[in-house]
Amino acid sequence: MARFMLPIAAVLGLAVVLMIGLTRDPSKLPSPFIDKAAPTFDLPSLAHPEQRVGSASYAGQIVLVNIWATWCVGCRQEHEFLNQLQRQDIIPIYGINWRDNRNDATRWLRELGDPYVDSGYDGDGRVGIDWGAYGAPETFLINAQGIVLYKHLGPLNSFVWESVFVPLIAAEETAG
Amino acid sequence: MLRRFATRIVVVILLALGAGSAFAIDTGKAFDDPVLQARYEHIIAEVRCLKCQNQTIKDSNAFLAADLRREIRRMLEEGMSDAEIYDFLVERYGEFALYRPRASGKTLFLWIAPGVLLLGGAFLLVQVVRRRMALPIDEDL
Repeated sequence: MARFMLPIAAVLGLAVVLMIGLTRDPSKLPSPFIDKAAPTFDLPSLAHPEQRVGSASYAGQIVLVNIWATWCVGCRQEHEFLNQLQRQDIIPIYGINWRDNRNDATRWLRELGDPYVDSGYDGDGRVGIDWGAYGAPETFLINAQGIVLYKHLGPLNSFVWESVFVPLIAAEETAG
Repeated sequence: MLRRFATRIVVVILLALGAGSAFAIDTGKAFDDPVLQARYEHIIAEVRCLKCQNQTIKDSNAFLAADLRREIRRMLEEGMSDAEIYDFLVERYGEFALYRPRASGKTLFLWIAPGVLLLGGAFLLVQVVRRRMALPIDEDL
């Protein structure tokens, strides 16, 4: 009997590893920016093309940077939640309007509400690449030192917010 | 009549053969310098389209693939080396962006695992065969 223990253990071990693999979504990639300096950006403002908005606008603050577009279904799903965050004055949110049409984006914010302090207009996707964007919506949590604490891929909601963002923000506030 | 039919068949086959070129994804202008063009084509065949993960950015017409091709084109024009271009992509998208992840601490396991498994299997095989060969052949079962 003992001679079968090793092969059986090996097969069970492999099964466990593969089972864990099945529960993970391969379309969600780990961001290489976690715990590193956030990328920067400097874009014309969506609402006021003559003004600039960028990482300089939020230096020294803990903020969310949200990559969004009107073609993105998940962005619509999370939009009301972002509005809530803004209404409750929980954290400043900066938008990067990625690969979008300026008129569509402006109308979207007028109709659905504008949760952003400001949004930069990244029409050609150049800034999106700097942020490693590949599937909007993507939301970065950036601390006052400009370090990325977390990146969430897909729509934000109260469950993700309470379970991931709130503890990270609380830890940051006690540390700072 | 039959001859006209045969001609039609031939025309259809020729058209079908030519259809492949109608699916060209990359509509950008070719480089004037053939060396740059060759490097460009090599690189875009090595980079994964993150939006459509089982395609290279050469094969994908997702806008992200088009944006990445445009950036690679720009970097080549600016005289960056292949290694610098791969670094640019890995910094932003991680090793996963490359179809052939580079041997680094994080990806070392990917590179050595096949060899380790092969050697382990060979070792076990030798062990089992040796043990069986040591058994007396005329042993009663």
